[in-house]
Amino acid sequence: MTPLLEFLLRQGDNTLVLGHRMSEWCGIAPALEEDIALTNTALDLIGQTQLWLAYAAEVEDAGRSANDLAFLRDPYDFRNLLMLEAPNADFGRTLMRQFLFDAFQVPWLTALSGSSDPRIAEIAAKSVKEALYHLDRSSGTVIALGDGTEESQSRMQAALDYLWPYTGEMFADDATDAAMADTGIAPMPSAMQSAWQVKTEEVLAKACLTRPDSSFAQSGGRTGRRHTEHLGHMLATMQTLQRSYPGAVW
Amino acid sequence: MAVARAIDEAQIWEWLESVPDPEIPVISVVDLGVVRDVRVKDDTVEVTITPTYSGCPAMAVIALDIETALAQSGVQAVRLTTRIAPPWTTDWLSDKGRAQLERYGIAPPQAAGGPKRCPQCHSTATERISQFGSTPCKALWRCTDCLEPFDYFKCI
Repeated sequence: MTPLLEFLLRQGDNTLVLGHRMSEWCGIAPALEEDIALTNTALDLIGQTQLWLAYAAEVEDAGRSANDLAFLRDPYDFRNLLMLEAPNADFGRTLMRQFLFDAFQVPWLTALSGSSDPRIAEIAAKSVKEALYHLDRSSGTVIALGDGTEESQSRMQAALDYLWPYTGEMFADDATDAAMADTGIAPMPSAMQSAWQVKTEEVLAKACLTRPDSSFAQSGGRTGRRHTEHLGHMLATMQTLQRSYPGAVW
Repeated sequence: MAVARAIDEAQIWEWLESVPDPEIPVISVVDLGVVRDVRVKDDTVEVTITPTYSGCPAMAVIALDIETALAQSGVQAVRLTTRIAPPWTTDWLSDKGRAQLERYGIAPPQAAGGPKRCPQCHSTATERISQFGSTPCKALWRCTDCLEPFDYFKCI
């Protein structure tokens, strides 16, 4: 696999996996407004996935489409961050994860809109407008629930404690990232860490939440080396129609 | 049926003015700013569209509606291309489109990030209910004078 293809799969798989997780709230969110918000976010993410994976399929040039990449690959072919495949658990963890990811996506996509690859720059420039809106909402919700009741505060803190060891993977550079940086396609992910930390600390402080002390970072998702057991279960649901009825179309 | 006369771009724009947005039928795809370019090359009409939100399910219907409308006007060969850069912005909504939205009960987008006034009673006392609404392009607001909830077209 070329570094460019690997890079594009990472972008598309992140938005696909998180988009699917958000869509799991459809019809069961705690309030109608939240249900609509979560599923609209899912729609944006899946729309962005179509752009990333369509380009990935073109770069791969193996006769596969964006749909083939989404629905016919196995867990070990996926290149998403482990944090995004974790089950939704409760509403608090869902929103905390969205915030931690949005706070990365905004500086990341902003940087990618200056990519030397015009196609990547276009997709990023379009996606960042939506990511900014998502960040506005997810940070507002994290603050409201963190600085809320005793119950909501303790659940947001538990969500943060659970997700924290997964955040380091966002900034773990590897050879693919180096190849992208060398050609001006993308900056090193580690270059996003300070912007992410500033935003995260600002929001967590307002939310009366305590940032965990540990710097231990899980890894293996974006390299495809080892996903959690949850991805396979998620894909079984997400891919069942294409797997059961190959080639089915609307 | 062959088109008897040469197709002219102004005429195509006029036809597209009558293609409504499938989810907000008071506004046309031209006034929405989705149609970016129209070119006639030989007998083929090339229409360039820019999608609104990445995940907007209406985009596929918009493409189909454009092809159908042009076919009904006698255009036999239509080529639709999607252009995502520069990304779609609510700045591209026409003044006519903005007025039509408000008459329909949807507050048009404002740079300030919230509606200027209630589209029903025109009071400026409004509050946000939710950042998302019935379609990807809208948020839900409420007028605290007439108490009517209303859609606000998000500014992007």
